[in-house]
Amino acid sequence: MGLLSLITIPMERSYSLTGPESERAVEAGLANADWYRSPIDRKVLKGLMKRSDNPAMRDTAIWLGLLLATGGIGALLWGSWWALPFFIVYGVLYASAADSRWHECGHGTAFRTRWMNDAIYEIASFLMMRNSVVWRWSHARHHTDTIIVGRDPEISGMRPPQLIIIGLNFFGIVAAPQSFAAIFRNALGMLSADEADFVPESERPRAVRVARVHMSIYAVTLLACIAFGSILPAMLIGLPRLYGIWLLLVMGLPQHLGLAEDVLDHRLNSRTIYMNRLLRFVYMNMNYHVEHHMYPMVPYHRLPDLHEAVKDDCAPASTSLWQAWREIIPCVFRQLRDPRHFIRPELPPGAGAPSYGPMGQAAE
Amino acid sequence: MPEIDACALDDIDEEDLLRFDHGERTYAIYRMEGEEVFCTDGLCTHEQVHLEDGLVMDYIVECPRHNGRFDIRTGEALGAPVCVNLGTYPARVESGRVFVELP
Repeated sequence: MGLLSLITIPMERSYSLTGPESERAVEAGLANADWYRSPIDRKVLKGLMKRSDNPAMRDTAIWLGLLLATGGIGALLWGSWWALPFFIVYGVLYASAADSRWHECGHGTAFRTRWMNDAIYEIASFLMMRNSVVWRWSHARHHTDTIIVGRDPEISGMRPPQLIIIGLNFFGIVAAPQSFAAIFRNALGMLSADEADFVPESERPRAVRVARVHMSIYAVTLLACIAFGSILPAMLIGLPRLYGIWLLLVMGLPQHLGLAEDVLDHRLNSRTIYMNRLLRFVYMNMNYHVEHHMYPMVPYHRLPDLHEAVKDDCAPASTSLWQAWREIIPCVFRQLRDPRHFIRPELPPGAGAPSYGPMGQAAE
Repeated sequence: MPEIDACALDDIDEEDLLRFDHGERTYAIYRMEGEEVFCTDGLCTHEQVHLEDGLVMDYIVECPRHNGRFDIRTGEALGAPVCVNLGTYPARVESGRVFVELP
């Protein structure tokens, strides 16, 4: 905590779930509130929500196949520079691609079959160094109270943005040790105050059991490193969470960065970005982020269709990651001087009235 | 419990649900294939979101907010983020109308 405070830029507001902003959000009616949703015909929505195993079985086979192939070839070439490109790809598949698998399977929408969602969710949670029980509840809260200060545990772009920490996290330097420490703490039977705020009592024993399984795998990996006198086992298990996470941040930070806080309209606090097929495979179409938040029951493989159905009611999507970052970078630097500054997406004529919520922040 | 004429069967598509408000409470009436109908509480036990916009699939209703799932035959909560079961109420079809027994 001491080290972290050295690289933390002071903030006006507390983003803690147990601090004064949490009470303020509840009092203002921002907690568990009704959110704006773009109108869509019930029959069309039902068609979009329909589940199927096939797309996710295909994508999972490609993902796991590539993970095994690149990891295996990288291990065989270990000691030579030829291993480097294989580990770069392996790391991205291990960490960046696992995040979107964790996310979709956590929602239970990737596959139609429940156990398939659960199995991939557990594997991806381990790869991401996340306690599968704790993070399921954390993400539920993110959907209830998206970017509501004091309520949402998954706000990555605070104000002013923690640029040093964000920069270090492109290689997991702050987040991975924090995640590891959280799992270690859970394995000892303890939950942090924030975790205890959103994980119900009845789920806590399971959270502890999961953490112990994760820690056992890391202990075996560490023993293998010692036994072989090599960091290769850790390059395959654990360390990819650091060296392979960068692409997730490139794609994922723009989800909400620079946009409004404390509003009740995902068109104002989330961003949809057009991406190419390769990135959408890694990211499982989470670039359609406004749509995902409005209708989280629509599986990833139907999000492009949902986007077509609601796009006339939403701000224009960013045409590329490059365009999104070109909008974000000046905004976050300005927020260093002026934390109240944020981007106001322009809704098209005829779109539903924006729902600023009781704080009315976006209307200022 | 009194039996109430809630709606026409044709008001609900197959594998879908309809919101039904009665007294001060709200319910969900589900139709599966043909004349098979069920009735549960209308609000998800997780964060009190109405299930009316949810997805019905294989006797399971999924909450539109967090994808919490319930078995509509028993009301059983099928795992996180839902932990508390839904109340269920007898429902039947007669002459194209859906009747439910509500408290």
